[in-house]
Amino acid sequence: MGLPPTPSQTVGPFFAFALPFAGDHAAVEPDAPGAVRIEGQLLDGAGAPVPDGLLEAWQGDQFARSRTDPEGVFHFVVRKPAAGPDGRAPHLEVTVFARGLLRHLRTRLYFPDEEEANAADPVLRLVPAERRHTLIARDDAGVLRFDIRLQGEDETVFLSL
Amino acid sequence: MTMAEQLEFDPPYLHPDYTSTVLRAPGQAPVRVPAEWFHHTAGPAYGRVAVGPNDHDLTRQHAGEPLGERIIVTGRVLDSDGSPVRHTLVEVWQANAAGRYIDPRDDHPAPLDPNFTGAGRCLTDAEGNYRFVTVKPGAYPWRNHRNAWRPAHIHFSVFGPELSSRVITQMYFPGDPLFAFDPILGSISDPRGRDLLVARFDLDTTEPEWALGYRWDIVLRGRNATAAEA
Repeated sequence: MGLPPTPSQTVGPFFAFALPFAGDHAAVEPDAPGAVRIEGQLLDGAGAPVPDGLLEAWQGDQFARSRTDPEGVFHFVVRKPAAGPDGRAPHLEVTVFARGLLRHLRTRLYFPDEEEANAADPVLRLVPAERRHTLIARDDAGVLRFDIRLQGEDETVFLSL
Repeated sequence: MTMAEQLEFDPPYLHPDYTSTVLRAPGQAPVRVPAEWFHHTAGPAYGRVAVGPNDHDLTRQHAGEPLGERIIVTGRVLDSDGSPVRHTLVEVWQANAAGRYIDPRDDHPAPLDPNFTGAGRCLTDAEGNYRFVTVKPGAYPWRNHRNAWRPAHIHFSVFGPELSSRVITQMYFPGDPLFAFDPILGSISDPRGRDLLVARFDLDTTEPEWALGYRWDIVLRGRNATAAEA
């Protein structure tokens, strides 16, 4: 039998002096070819901003980390990834940590200009059709909006293995 | 060997005794993605900032030494079949010996220590070992309920080789009388799971005339064991 994994505990409220680092939100330079800016708000079940969240975005060799501000806003700059094998649409893996989250949450950001690829994506197809929009960013004058709702109406779809 | 026999002790999202979970725990069950779809989804083992040679020593980040009980915290990062997780980033952060975080949002009226920030990093070595030198953090009050105090703990963030191995958790010290009253540790219902978060005092790690030693191993969710069982 395998060793049991070490259980998770909350990141707590007091990590801002430890986990952020210079330029952490930008996996690539903002003026790099193919760079896209992502902005979102992390919201709780009452619709209130989560001012003490920590988000990480991963894809391939790209890693970015963003702490939410007092309005719950986070932002990333990443290079839009290519489509993967087996019909996987371009996406970012997004991880959410916060006070009150005893375990982190995992979700994905898909791109709004990939309608055809998104329709064929095997993970999106596991998601009930009426909730898929929570995983697809919105284009807002060149910035991709991706709000994350932890609970309640329009709750973001979270993923588990 | 079936997957169901793998023991898992992760806390639930909703644990009302920890009041911050009430509005932050998702109401819907997560969408389960077959684990094999994540084969070869490598995570960022290093973060992005090079680890300095003294980043593991939280007692040498300022002109003077911090107050408190000097300790060594060391152990191994393993996957679930016991293999070492090599060269992965481990980040730690903690309150000072008086139970105060340097974070400006911490308003507990205990003193800050001008010689202590409370943040460190290291990479595991080829055998999966990590090692930090620090001072034992103090307990602190936190207003979750009347007379709520957190047991002394050090926060750990570990990446591991892939997306599913990422974990942030807390390490506790053996014998802390606050365990029974803490809804964060208590969110893990099985005592075997809570025990996995408690370091053990180790005289062999302890250095004479210098520092007490604690050992604590971290086991990451690993693809290897799962693949072998499938």
